[in-house]
Amino acid sequence: MATSATAHAHAAPQGFIRKYIFSLDHKVIGIQYFFLALAAVWVGMVLSLLMRIHLYWPHAVLPLIGEIKPETYTALLTMHGTIMVFFVLTTAPQGGFGNYFLPIQIGAPDMAFPVLNMLSFWTTFVAFVVMLSAFFAPGGAPLHGWTGYPPLSAVQSTGPGEGLGADLWITGIAIFCLASLMGALNFLTTTLDMRAKGMTLMRMPLTVWSWFITAILGLLAFGVLLSAGILLLLDRNLGTSFYVPLVVVNGQVMAHKGGSPLLWQHLFWFFGHPEVYIAILPGMGVTSQILSTFSRKPIFGYKAMVYAMLAIGFFGFMVWGHHMFMSGMSPYSAFAFSILTMCIGVPSAIKTFNWLGTMLKGHLRFQSPMLYAIGFVSLFVSGGLSGPFLAQPVLDIQLHDTYFVVGHFHLIMGVAAIFGMFAATCYWVPKMFGRMMNEFWSRIHFFITLIGTYAIFMPMHYLGMAGGTRRYSDYHEVAYLVKLMPLHQFMTYAAIITIAAQFIFVINLFWSIFKGPKASDNPWEATTLEWTTATPPPHDNFGGVTPVVHNGPYEYGVPGAPKDYVMQTDPAVASAH
Amino acid sequence: MGLALLVVIWLITFASTYFFVAKTWWLPVGASAATGFIDGQFTLTFILMGIVFVAAQLALGYIAWRYREQPSSPPVEYSHGNVKLEVLWTALTTVLFVGLNLMGSRVWAAQRFEPAGPGSVQVEVTGMQFAWYFRYPGPDGTYGATSPKLMDPSAGGEAAVGLNPNDPSSKDDVVTGTMYLPVDREVDLSMRSVDVIHSFFVPSLRFKQDAVPGLNIHMHFQPTQIGEYEIACAELCGLGHYKMHGMVHVVSQEDFDKWLAAREAEKQ
Repeated sequence: MATSATAHAHAAPQGFIRKYIFSLDHKVIGIQYFFLALAAVWVGMVLSLLMRIHLYWPHAVLPLIGEIKPETYTALLTMHGTIMVFFVLTTAPQGGFGNYFLPIQIGAPDMAFPVLNMLSFWTTFVAFVVMLSAFFAPGGAPLHGWTGYPPLSAVQSTGPGEGLGADLWITGIAIFCLASLMGALNFLTTTLDMRAKGMTLMRMPLTVWSWFITAILGLLAFGVLLSAGILLLLDRNLGTSFYVPLVVVNGQVMAHKGGSPLLWQHLFWFFGHPEVYIAILPGMGVTSQILSTFSRKPIFGYKAMVYAMLAIGFFGFMVWGHHMFMSGMSPYSAFAFSILTMCIGVPSAIKTFNWLGTMLKGHLRFQSPMLYAIGFVSLFVSGGLSGPFLAQPVLDIQLHDTYFVVGHFHLIMGVAAIFGMFAATCYWVPKMFGRMMNEFWSRIHFFITLIGTYAIFMPMHYLGMAGGTRRYSDYHEVAYLVKLMPLHQFMTYAAIITIAAQFIFVINLFWSIFKGPKASDNPWEATTLEWTTATPPPHDNFGGVTPVVHNGPYEYGVPGAPKDYVMQTDPAVASAH
Repeated sequence: MGLALLVVIWLITFASTYFFVAKTWWLPVGASAATGFIDGQFTLTFILMGIVFVAAQLALGYIAWRYREQPSSPPVEYSHGNVKLEVLWTALTTVLFVGLNLMGSRVWAAQRFEPAGPGSVQVEVTGMQFAWYFRYPGPDGTYGATSPKLMDPSAGGEAAVGLNPNDPSSKDDVVTGTMYLPVDREVDLSMRSVDVIHSFFVPSLRFKQDAVPGLNIHMHFQPTQIGEYEIACAELCGLGHYKMHGMVHVVSQEDFDKWLAAREAEKQ
């Protein structure tokens, strides 16, 4: 392993461009991904704010945008979903933190393929620019939702935004898929090939396991989405009929014939369901890491945690059909998908039990990373428990495509994953930038955001149970939906307050990066390899030394040890196992 | 800080649970034969998941407060876990989740594996941007032919679904924009869409099914109470998705016959 590490070594770059723009250093690339995702999350969040404002005040005239028309609303929801899923939930946890900390946590000087790493970031950047450009296409951004079901997404005359806007949307996603495939290859090779001496698989921090499994999912899922997207582009522009049967749009008989709209749904969700785990697994990893560190206790059931993540990854590829119970798919296959979906709930439950077991009888320290990690557990439980409702086809008759689903996935893959990112940010910013974040403002932000998140997304479950359909630009057309407007109004207020509170976080972040108190090398008294090196780490991560690993990743409270934590590199107190 | 976490997590839990338990918002009153099954399964799932939700959140808040680091804290328990416990909760969760699922599947099978019984009311549902049309085959019990070339959505009614007037079977077909159904009789729906995917959702009848271009999907259900029930489109179908709604009138058999006869008479 040492030889492969040296083969990939490269000299520290000189000059601003090679150092900060086209850098080969995984740490710089990780920070680039992090800031790209930060920009994307603000775009996505503003879009959601506009949607919530429109739902409460449908005729409000907003500065710059004017009145939001129905097609503008559907364009907003399409772009909100797409930007959040791809450029935030996939980009920050894996591309950002994974890129920065995976090599350091396994004791490697860099990623296995630094040039590929740089290429995958810049490809993601191009994808983001192409995606945003859809807003400026004639007719605007597409109105087919982030799931882009054909024929709506495949026939240009089905609505505004289905012209050039939709082509740019698909192209942006396709470019993103390429970038993610490159990234996944790099993560897998690095984890398998570049671990320091003594860093056995079962000594890897759970964060590394989560990035590794996420990379496997990405490698298998993004290729399928890329192919599906290319077929959609062909249907749209070259007259093929992969997804479009004979249809009549606005009285015009289209030239398509014999395609299957369900084919897209199968391909899309074959990617789309693993994507949910791509978003949440790194959050699970960082939560495990932080709960152990700040409880001053070894993680409860390390092996069970690893096996649970592997099981989630494995089952994650077998449950895509649960998005399609109402689609006209065979009811027999719904039966199978439903049982498999229930099975995936089991490893998720195991993880929750183990997190509680880790905290139990610990010495809990409530610094900000710990708060967000506890928030993650709370949201993961709340979002997870609506899963067994939706996994039952018979309940989907009532709940499918209602706000119940919107509440479910926002809690679990949206905000739970984002709490994972908050936790990771507070935990690692001291290492990345050498300065501590402000604890007081982090705490204020944590409590407002936790309460605000529940205030936005819990009412969505009530709304969905009552039959509140999703993706409506106006709920005043249907009598029973009008009665549910008070819930929408409450959610809009909650969203405005919660979104305002995000300024606290971002101001705290930038202020701390430049002005925060200097961080020591190991401010959290943690055990993994990133805390053994300088803050911030030197170009080759360990200043010419190759670390040797003697211990598991979470040796806290070891009886007889001089301190309540034992570094992974500490040979003196190598534990028995 | 541990206490603050306990208070906030517990308050969130109580507030969230209150609105479920008080049924401030709940499933709309059901008016079809499937209501009992679906609502029963929903309630069972709700009780089981509700217990787990409250227990897990309360435990999280309690543990955060109880085990906060204090000068008087005893040393932490140096433990890497407990295999017996892992096996126990894995087994329990599996039984809970899979068992719950199998119970619900019975209903699903009854509804979807068998076709509609003989003597059911035939109705064809056609979705298009942004309207629903309903076709009754008339006394001959046969739907007349339709053709994509004849479809004219702007004309509405028979022209919208592309009914071919030259087909003898289409002479007595009735096409309406509002659905009428007789109470307590099974309905055999034949569902199609002409342009994009729509979804025919009638919350009070506990019924939802996508209408997919290129597919003719047969579904069946049985309304059990006279009344008017709103249809909402449940699949994003374009800019008018929000206004693609309609109405189901469930009436007595007598009123249904009268209504259908009146539509036939209009047609002649």
